[in-house]
Amino acid sequence: MLIGRREVVCEEVVELVTDYLEGALSRSERRRFERHLAGCPHCTEYLAQMRETIRLAGRLVPEDLSPQMRQEFSELFRRWREEEGDAAPEP
Amino acid sequence: MDADARFLERLRAGDEAAFVTLVARHHDAMLRLARTFVSSQAVAEEVVQDTWLGVVRGIERFEGRSSLRTWLFTILVNRARSAGTREARSVAIGDAGPAVDRARFDETGHWISPPERWVEDVEDRLGAAELAARIRAALAGMPPRQRAVVTLHDVDGLRGDEVCEVLELSPANQRVLLHRGRSHLRQALEDAFEER
Repeated sequence: MLIGRREVVCEEVVELVTDYLEGALSRSERRRFERHLAGCPHCTEYLAQMRETIRLAGRLVPEDLSPQMRQEFSELFRRWREEEGDAAPEP
Repeated sequence: MDADARFLERLRAGDEAAFVTLVARHHDAMLRLARTFVSSQAVAEEVVQDTWLGVVRGIERFEGRSSLRTWLFTILVNRARSAGTREARSVAIGDAGPAVDRARFDETGHWISPPERWVEDVEDRLGAAELAARIRAALAGMPPRQRAVVTLHDVDGLRGDEVCEVLELSPANQRVLLHRGRSHLRQALEDAFEER
């Protein structure tokens, strides 16, 4: 992804954050990424914000199944089972 | 054996309560995933029902090679694709622009307009409910493939390889979509702080 051995700049760092967090950078890329962070408070903050964004996304709570939907699925289940029984071949 | 696998065992024995419990555990995530393939809520609900019908009828046999959730999502995606107007394979990977507006960097690629610091006091500034609402709104505004990947990976907590399996993506494309989506979420949070 990164060509040659030159240092990475901020604009590249923001594109490499996910590969960094998912462990998809090569060792050399990872070293250059971390060396940049060590000297760049803005990109360090940017990485922290991406981590925080991921943490906040992970806290979204799924909506519960409403009582009405539970009822509907119960009824579907019974109907499917009956239809299956009807379709079964005679022993 | 995890909780899902136990409920599945009971479902195979014809246990209605186990069925409803399994549905309740996965319904919201399945519906959200279905909506990334089909444009109407009603069709998405049909796709979810159709997935469960396949499970109950035993047409789809769980073999325990993946987690139950990954397996359910994979069946769902197959059905959603047949029902869907959008074809997931024709995924446009590179159409979403950079993670951060290019105008915020100088010609050498260094920040001109660096991110304002907010990580330390994020919840004092916006509150958990407002943060959740902002993230939901940003997800809703994303292109469907990005939304599917970010939701499966960062909200539902699937591993990258599971997301690839469910959506039939290469690892590289999965990461590109994840990166675009996350960058979009981060920007939405930054915008929310700047409005304050």
